[in-house]
Amino acid sequence: MARAPEPARSTAPGGAPGTLLTSADVARVVDRMAHQLIERAASGRAEDGADGGLADLVLVGIPTRGAPLARRLAARIEAFTGTRVDVGTADITLYRDDLRLRGVRALEPTVLPDAGIDGRLVVLVDDVLFSGRSVRAALDALRDLGRPRVVQLAVLVDRGHRELPIKADFVGKNVPTSRSQQVRVHLAEIDGADEVLVTDGEPGVREPRGEEAR
Amino acid sequence: MKRHLLEAADLDRADATLVLDTAAQIDQALAGREVKKLPTLRGRTVVNLFYEDSTRTRISFELAAKRLSADVINFSAKGSSVSKGESLKDTALTLEAMGADAVVVRHSSSGAPHRLANWVRGSVVNAGDGTHEHPTQALLDAYTIRQRLGRLEGVRVAIVGDVLHSRVARSNVGLLHTLGADVTLVAPPTLLPVGVGSWPAEVSYDLDAVLPKVDVVMMLRVQAERMNASFFPSAREYSRRYGLDARRMGVLPDDAIVMHPGPMNRGMEIAAEVADSARSTIVEQVANGVSTRMAVLYLLLGGAPA
Repeated sequence: MARAPEPARSTAPGGAPGTLLTSADVARVVDRMAHQLIERAASGRAEDGADGGLADLVLVGIPTRGAPLARRLAARIEAFTGTRVDVGTADITLYRDDLRLRGVRALEPTVLPDAGIDGRLVVLVDDVLFSGRSVRAALDALRDLGRPRVVQLAVLVDRGHRELPIKADFVGKNVPTSRSQQVRVHLAEIDGADEVLVTDGEPGVREPRGEEAR
Repeated sequence: MKRHLLEAADLDRADATLVLDTAAQIDQALAGREVKKLPTLRGRTVVNLFYEDSTRTRISFELAAKRLSADVINFSAKGSSVSKGESLKDTALTLEAMGADAVVVRHSSSGAPHRLANWVRGSVVNAGDGTHEHPTQALLDAYTIRQRLGRLEGVRVAIVGDVLHSRVARSNVGLLHTLGADVTLVAPPTLLPVGVGSWPAEVSYDLDAVLPKVDVVMMLRVQAERMNASFFPSAREYSRRYGLDARRMGVLPDDAIVMHPGPMNRGMEIAAEVADSARSTIVEQVANGVSTRMAVLYLLLGGAPA
């Protein structure tokens, strides 16, 4: 593994202990990612000869917190460019490989834009990238939902410890963590406020629980 | 969720709502998709153990299991060792030895699935036992009501017909009560079971008085195969007093719906024009049966093995 797992410390000025990103940080990071997505969609038009540009882009959020994140990125892209971007959500619960280990969970909605995802640039959006298993499940789900031209991955936080050969194309913040720590992303839509926290887990009990350390 | 689904009482309100919500999400996720298949139960084996004839329930369970990528074995009593006299227990142990993760059982004897649940390690799903229960039918009915009317709490449901022999009625009374609906049973006194007074439902003998005050009318099939005593004078008289025809349908409130678990006797308990009307949910019930059973199989089998 290239990255030495250096446990993260509280880095955000003015935040409570363990706060990695404050509400203002989250807004800034989302704005930057939106700009990167705009660039990517524009350069994709030049490189692949695809005519769509932003119209070609579909942001697909992975529930729970990937879904509001995708909507926010779309809202920011619209604010910067005036172009509406299609947004969807894809629930991956039925595609997970850890159901037998973790037990069943309630499902979340799967909603795709009316124009579908065939032949388009699909960017999967999630809050935390950890083992990579959620993303693998999302790729499996996408295969059943259509045939995108390109699939890319955007995550708010990349905390390392990949178990699969998966890499994010757009990363809000890279955070070196130890495996026993938990990274929690809170979003106003679900948790009432925006923040990213790193907490020390109880030693010896933690296993990656998928991307979201809930 | 409990490990087995044997009767409506196995589901408390939270579990029942979870099944309905899961079915709705599955429905939405699969709508308009070319590949209507999910990998969730890959490598699991579901046995359909049917000791009694059935078209829609068996096909519905088979489709539900296949859409979740489970392996399905269909077993019907005809043409099997059962006709050589093999007992339910021995058949169950055989299936168990072959590694069945779930057994979906229909049997003409009430309570057979309960016995089965004591013999096998996998989950047992009751697909109808005698005159006792048919819980997945009640779930799909509740799902259909919620889909059409948007709610279950406070919905007024009339269940009309042969309540005495109806496992559909028994399961529906239990489940709908759990989910907060108000149930009225409408039947001639001869077709109501002893002790119906202790059920969480009102009882009426007069269909015409009940119809204007309900949101849902659920017609039960007159089960010719169980009409072995004089429960009513003639089919014609039954139909006139308890059949749902166009005139009676006209008395219903505007957005009320008409349900039937199938198979129907057109012209007997339900007139053809009622069955084919816009109020009728009979075809939706069949479609909803698949998603509801997918939800049940996912929730029982998807997680850690018990």
